[in-house]
Amino acid sequence: MLNNILAAAGVIGALGLIFGVLLALASKFFAVEVNPLIGQVREALPGANCGACGYPGCDGFAKAVAEGSAQINGCPVCTSEQVENLGKIMGVETEGVEPLVAVVRCQGTIENASLKYVYEGITNCAAASQLADGYKACKYACLGLGNCAKVCPVDAITIVDNVAQIDRDKCIACGKCAAECPRGIIGLVPVSAATIIKCRATAKGAEVRNACKVGCIGCGICAKVCPMGAIEMVNDLPVIDYDKCTNCGICAEKCPRECISYDETKRRMAVIDEEKCVGCTMCKKACSYDAIEGELKQKHKVDPEKCVGCEACVSKCPVDAITMQPNEKK
Amino acid sequence: MEGVQNIVMIVISAALVNNFVLSRFLGICPFLGMSKKIETAIGMSAAVTFVMALASVFTWIVQKLLLQPLWLVKFGVAADKVPDLMYLQTIAFILVIAALVQFVEMLIQKTNPSLYSALGVYLPLITTNCAVLGVVLINMQSEFTLVESLFNGVGAALGFSIALILFAGVRERLDDADIPKPFKGFPIALISAGLLSIAFMAFQGLAG
Repeated sequence: MLNNILAAAGVIGALGLIFGVLLALASKFFAVEVNPLIGQVREALPGANCGACGYPGCDGFAKAVAEGSAQINGCPVCTSEQVENLGKIMGVETEGVEPLVAVVRCQGTIENASLKYVYEGITNCAAASQLADGYKACKYACLGLGNCAKVCPVDAITIVDNVAQIDRDKCIACGKCAAECPRGIIGLVPVSAATIIKCRATAKGAEVRNACKVGCIGCGICAKVCPMGAIEMVNDLPVIDYDKCTNCGICAEKCPRECISYDETKRRMAVIDEEKCVGCTMCKKACSYDAIEGELKQKHKVDPEKCVGCEACVSKCPVDAITMQPNEKK
Repeated sequence: MEGVQNIVMIVISAALVNNFVLSRFLGICPFLGMSKKIETAIGMSAAVTFVMALASVFTWIVQKLLLQPLWLVKFGVAADKVPDLMYLQTIAFILVIAALVQFVEMLIQKTNPSLYSALGVYLPLITTNCAVLGVVLINMQSEFTLVESLFNGVGAALGFSIALILFAGVRERLDDADIPKPFKGFPIALISAGLLSIAFMAFQGLAG
């Protein structure tokens, strides 16, 4: 009995040992030098192997990152901390590298945009676009035939009322839809951006007015009212510089054509902690919008109506009493 | 001369009549997984051939040297006292195959990186490939000699390669074919595999 057990253990053990030694030797002998960065990047990834980055698993993505052919924020599963880690490994600045999301810059639903003719051709935006600049009166409008939805790897795009809609929670900002759209109306914006220009029409005001209820006529009011100077008119269309934009929403409010969308839940304002405030008036002086009230040596207050969330006061406060919080009162 | 005839028979039998994939239905995983492109199918075939041939030789040695050490009789051990470790056959053979696959993997990574990346996850999967284990177990069952084992392994691998490459060719054509929607992709691949298997039944007549 004991002999049998010993023999079995001995035979398998000996086999294992021999193969182990041989393989160890072989791995030395046949060692392939790989970029050590690949291993480091691979370890810093979440390891979900979901393939949402467009590479075959985390190994493929790690290799692409190490070779510089993929961006470090290309992994949609990574938390911002993990992206920062990747940045450290690759020596890339991660600050300001914000996750993006795709947006459709058109609101030309059947209700808003007038139709030129009834299209009954094949279900393909590129084909429809060839036929007299599309079936909608506006030649910049979304045709809603779903070319973008077809290329979307995560099924984030649906067509609602003949206009593509993007599910922000699903979007991984791969940019495939933007490349596919024959009209170029899909763009990528930072996830935190609350204010989005929803029109791409560069035609003359009257022409746009006739074609669509919510088309941009290039009046430039948004650029004028922007307290941060973040909007610039390019080709009769506003372009928002999201580095400057503070999500105050004034442009969306003042737009006469309602072609700027605004997410109110992202509006922010400065809030002064009254227990910490020493009444130095530094914040009041820093505010360009007259939004802070209060005399010297008294507690200061922020007027939510006037505050645009520019954060200029935050760094000026000597006692760190000011924080940015969601602005619900406006 | 009779030896050569015997070996030719073994190779033909393993490659065509008892084709591993299409008659014995072993190694279906790589057969379906690696058959999308002829190029990768050829690479996979080469890897499997290499592993099968080596595994046949090494498992034969392990079997005769360790599991059924009848050579001990020559050294004065009574025939009924020779330890019989046949119950270790499966685990010992898997150990041999796994080690071989590891070795082949290193070799390919060193010598042919593009083939290595094309084979991807299927190379390690040969480790638990039932076709390889099937070959070595059949070798032992049929009580082949070392040379016969080697050729049975090569023949089996040849059969596997024929099936895989033929099927890859079929699937490359299927990609461009106008296939009804419910059959697109995997379903039509499975149906074609079945048809291919029926075609290989014709070789049964060779043995008769």
